[in-house]
Amino acid sequence: MRYRPGLVADYQSDAAIFKSNVQRFWFSVLLVAVVVLGLGGTIPLIPGLVDFSLQTDLLLIGTTAMFASIGAIGLNIVTGYAGQVSLGHAFFLGIGAFTGALVGGVEVTRQVVDLDTGQFVEKTLVYGFGLDLIIWLPAAGLVAALMGLIVAPLAFRLRGLYLAFVTLGLVFLGEHVFREAKVVTGGVGVGRASGVPSLFGFRFDEPGEVFGVFLAKNQKLFFLGLGLLIVLGIAAKNMARSKVGRALAAVRDRDIAAEMMGIPLARYKMIAFVVSSFYAGVAGGLLFAVIGRVEPLSFNLLLSIEYIAMILIGGVATVSGSIMGAFFITFLPRIVKWLAGFWMFGFISDSPTGGFVNLAQMEQILFGGLIIMFLILEPLGFYGIWIRVRNYWKAWPFSY
Amino acid sequence: MNQFLQAITNGFSLAAIYALIALGFVIIYKSTQVFNFAQPALLLLGGYWVLYFGTVWGWPFEFAILAGAVFAAVTGIIIERTTLRPMVGKPVFAVAIVTIGLNTVITIIALDLMGVEIRQMGDPWGLKTVLIGGVTIAHRQIAAIVTVIVLVSLLLAFFKYSRMGLAMRAAAFDQEVALTQGVSVRSVFAISWAIAAVLALFGGIFLGSGIGFERSAAVSALKALPVVIVGGLDSITGALVGAVIVAQAEMLTATYQSQFAWLSWLGQGFSSVVPYLVMFIVLLFRPYGLFGTKEVERV
Repeated sequence: MRYRPGLVADYQSDAAIFKSNVQRFWFSVLLVAVVVLGLGGTIPLIPGLVDFSLQTDLLLIGTTAMFASIGAIGLNIVTGYAGQVSLGHAFFLGIGAFTGALVGGVEVTRQVVDLDTGQFVEKTLVYGFGLDLIIWLPAAGLVAALMGLIVAPLAFRLRGLYLAFVTLGLVFLGEHVFREAKVVTGGVGVGRASGVPSLFGFRFDEPGEVFGVFLAKNQKLFFLGLGLLIVLGIAAKNMARSKVGRALAAVRDRDIAAEMMGIPLARYKMIAFVVSSFYAGVAGGLLFAVIGRVEPLSFNLLLSIEYIAMILIGGVATVSGSIMGAFFITFLPRIVKWLAGFWMFGFISDSPTGGFVNLAQMEQILFGGLIIMFLILEPLGFYGIWIRVRNYWKAWPFSY
Repeated sequence: MNQFLQAITNGFSLAAIYALIALGFVIIYKSTQVFNFAQPALLLLGGYWVLYFGTVWGWPFEFAILAGAVFAAVTGIIIERTTLRPMVGKPVFAVAIVTIGLNTVITIIALDLMGVEIRQMGDPWGLKTVLIGGVTIAHRQIAAIVTVIVLVSLLLAFFKYSRMGLAMRAAAFDQEVALTQGVSVRSVFAISWAIAAVLALFGGIFLGSGIGFERSAAVSALKALPVVIVGGLDSITGALVGAVIVAQAEMLTATYQSQFAWLSWLGQGFSSVVPYLVMFIVLLFRPYGLFGTKEVERV
């Protein structure tokens, strides 16, 4: 086998995470590159000509992208692997964000005058328990997973578009609840402080020295994101190549056929929803820890569509695709801003009112346009493009 | 009692608007098997054409509607030809996502054309009301109900008696068989989109008449989704019945929630999520809606 890396002779090597040593090597290179970038290093893309480094703001976007990747992997489990279309991802992200903020955030109180006694009394505006990351992060995931468990029975009865609408309705119901539960969410326009990323007293959101290296706040969060993404990404990949993953794929391809082959539909649909919501909860809790504030109106239909776009553009039913898509969508505002600098894109204005379209609008148009383009031209997304490019070079200079 | 009657009346006029938008969904879904998430955007764009011809160019309202309808129909046909035609035969969900993308793009364009301020529709009804048996009814509400009755009768007659209507029914039944019988499925697709776009335009007119037309109309338009689901995706009767159920539930909640203290925990603006709750409840008992066709599954 040693000299034939492309040869797959047993199931084990077919289901391996890395199919060849080449893949393992390049994955390690990528990982090292990301760590170097995170430490503030510069990577020469073409030595002496093009350098690449992450400045502070890019690092922040990169951190956000990693947490978004976790959410996208979650959506890909339910929509990509199990084929159960969910437009309700924003709801689960919101549940995670607010659970994280409630368990790990700080309480806000204010002195108010009691109208009966005329005395000053302490009134709690927003509750918060201020617990450690080790507690609030799993809590964010678990509460979201519990919500997934509650929603899952609907998915047993409904299929296809009907399920999409129910999950869509979930977003609107969630928006209403988030808006009204002011003691937890802080209310519209105000929001509340998110969960504090502090692990056993180690603050990820404050600059400090780690193993003798001084790291800025963003760098610490970056490595937190990288670590969690690797752990959760490999977990998802392992689930996908296990019995559960194969069952989910069978359900996706034809649920009735899967049932006839002895796959309990209800159980596997439930697993898909619960695991997906867990990922969403974790992602939601952390995404807003980067900014430090959560606002109830962030969890709208647009956010759900953003995640759908991530997995569609990245690649349906692939972990690496979810990550690529999440990075692309998170960096999109930046890309649009960069595009607006060129003369042929002069119609994009960077002021919120002027020009034909402003940056935010252009971003949304690109969203819509890219979703349409990828679905029509490249249904496998970036992952599909990557596979094609790889196969081309594998066989180079022969075209077959 | 008066309050109840008032709520019911308001409910019916809201139902009329929902029915217009929902009919568009159903017609497109029936004849092209596409679930059109872009309907809210078509509503914004259609409403804009009418107010543009009516208030910017100063045309009489009827002509503004006519010109707007032509524009809307052409928009619908262009959308179908450019983005939906390449998706024929793709999974239903992929197509639905494409229409979400379309919705984003068209909404931005429509909002850009409209600007941020609330625009008057140029309609003759304004805020005038009439008192019938102790119930205040706005002229525009009557107009909405009458328009829906007229449009639905016209549509049903069209489907029943015209050649094209027959072709559309055939295509809805089975596209390939219809094709082999000489039905031009392409023109069926085009006409369905044109009809849906024009219906959305009327929805926009009645959402915007009197109180003015602005971006929040798209949010109201989205509430036609639960309407379609409650009625069943592929039933015109369903769309009408669903519209009445959803709109009445919404209006009754809006009227009575403030009167009962024990309902206050539901929070302000609860009525706007009632349509989705109704949808959940109906789907729990009838997974294909009230009038939807149950899918026959073969492995």
